[in-house]
Amino acid sequence: MSGIWFNTSWRGKALALALLLVFLLAPVIADRYLLSVLILVFYFAYLGHAWNLLMGFAGQLSLGHALYLGLGAYTATALWTLFGVGPWLGVFIAIPIAAAAGLFIGWLGWRFAIEGVYFALLTIAFAEFTRIGFDHLQITGAAGGLFLPVNGEAAGEWWNLGGGPLLYYYLALALATAGTLLVARLRQSPLGYRWLAVREDPQAAQAVGINIFRARMMAMLISASMTAVGGVFYGFYYRNLFPSQVFDIGRSIELILAPIIGGLGTVFGPIVGAIILTPLGETLTGLMQSLGLNAPGVKAIFYGVTLMIIISLQPNGVWPWLARHLRLNRPSE
Amino acid sequence: MTAITLNVIVQGLLTGLVYGLMALGLSVIFGVMRVVNFAHGEFTVVAMYAAFVLFEVLHLDPLIVLLPIAAVFFGIGYLLQRTLINPFVGRAEHEQFILLVGLATVIVNGLLLVFGPDARPINLSYSFDSYAVGPMFLDKVRVFAAIGALAVAAALLLFFRYTRTGTAIRACADNLTGAAVIGLDVKQLYAVTFGLGLACVGAAGTLMATIADASPSLAQAYTLLAFTIVIIGGLGSMVGALIGGILIGVSEALAGFYIQPSMKSMFSFALLIIVLVLRPQGLMGRRL
Repeated sequence: MSGIWFNTSWRGKALALALLLVFLLAPVIADRYLLSVLILVFYFAYLGHAWNLLMGFAGQLSLGHALYLGLGAYTATALWTLFGVGPWLGVFIAIPIAAAAGLFIGWLGWRFAIEGVYFALLTIAFAEFTRIGFDHLQITGAAGGLFLPVNGEAAGEWWNLGGGPLLYYYLALALATAGTLLVARLRQSPLGYRWLAVREDPQAAQAVGINIFRARMMAMLISASMTAVGGVFYGFYYRNLFPSQVFDIGRSIELILAPIIGGLGTVFGPIVGAIILTPLGETLTGLMQSLGLNAPGVKAIFYGVTLMIIISLQPNGVWPWLARHLRLNRPSE
Repeated sequence: MTAITLNVIVQGLLTGLVYGLMALGLSVIFGVMRVVNFAHGEFTVVAMYAAFVLFEVLHLDPLIVLLPIAAVFFGIGYLLQRTLINPFVGRAEHEQFILLVGLATVIVNGLLLVFGPDARPINLSYSFDSYAVGPMFLDKVRVFAAIGALAVAAALLLFFRYTRTGTAIRACADNLTGAAVIGLDVKQLYAVTFGLGLACVGAAGTLMATIADASPSLAQAYTLLAFTIVIIGGLGSMVGALIGGILIGVSEALAGFYIQPSMKSMFSFALLIIVLVLRPQGLMGRRL
């Protein structure tokens, strides 16, 4: 952490603090709608961090993070609805379950030297397999879904993660901030450097005595655990869970867009990506409504075109480019 | 019991051949260029809609428009490779992935805008006819579709084995540097390859339209299906794609009949996981 802080120019420091301050004070002027958009920004920044650890740092492409998200969401929500175990406790049961799933997939894949596209396919296969399984799991409502009681303004129960938008706003902000600090710290840690070595050249990394398998498993452990926490937030924020939505490959894809657009393997990439992508989609919806267009496909088409343009022009993501132009890093960087 | 099982297996086998043709397109594209075409299912569904529109407007049988659609898809693939995809050859997988996911999103939502979310069946005069072969009843459309798929696949296999262009493309796949050194126009060959991959998709989608109703929601499922089949069969192995297709077709049919239709793809994914773990190079793959 201190390393990242030291390597940031005074402009960068000022910008980071200003941004945090703006987000902390935003609820004073923001209306419910703007708050809901910002909640999504933080949520995607946080999940982007989680995925970025595995792909950006350890270099292993997962297209099945919906699995850990869904396991986290379903575990905490089911514990609450079925056994009355609250989410603050439930999250500590959700984490080991998702982490175990992640470690199992990692073990299965990396033991047998399954990497790249093959590993990505393996992660998709497990997520889809689980989705269909939950579609038929009666105890969690199968395909009919799992529901939490509707959240009235009055029913502010922060200890059960029930309450108004403010609760979720600050919770999401806390998640995103904690995620950023954790990633920044890991990036500068010995483990972080091992990940980068393994990502850049596995053979050379092995030659200098790094246990590749272990480094990757550590990345998976942290990534899946973080994603599970995001899943608990998802479950209690949306208050309804359908296997076809939570475990869907669309979920896996949507949570990897922010880090890729923002900049893979960077600490601030997922944040920048989430800040760019989420409002983009929302603005588009508003714009189309004001123009009287009611075609849901148009928004997604614009989204798809944007993705294609950004990946064609800035394949390393927006953050490295931004940092260079705004001189946010120290000149030596 | 055995007669029913046999029926189910054979129906699955016939459908599986069409799956196999679709996967063949993916296998060719990935095997030669190492580009992960995550818009594969989307293109398949575009072909299904093309067959649907030609049938509704001009009353043309999908089997008649099979080759024209495949030819048009060849052109689309050729142009796509030349313009959009070529800069991404050799780039990181996640970059290709984002590009093609973007393309897939555009295609699916374009279809949604134009045709809406409803499933569009092609009601042929012989849609419900079947042949009685011994104890089995074979749907006429499935038999035709399977024959069509086999014919196109065979044509492609012969093309790669015996024509100069086909041999040159295989050379690019085996040794890119070597191919460039002896003066092969790699860019051109890649464009032809992507065109051929999409021609497979065009043909497979047209055939698929006779046995399944076209709908935008199929696209993603088909993309996953194609990848599953290719990995099971073995990347880069054309015969493997067909065998993988048959395996998945049969497993889907059996699971759909004996367990539950909504759980059929669970068995495909289980099969994929088993193959990836026990034999990552796929059933017919040579090496990883």
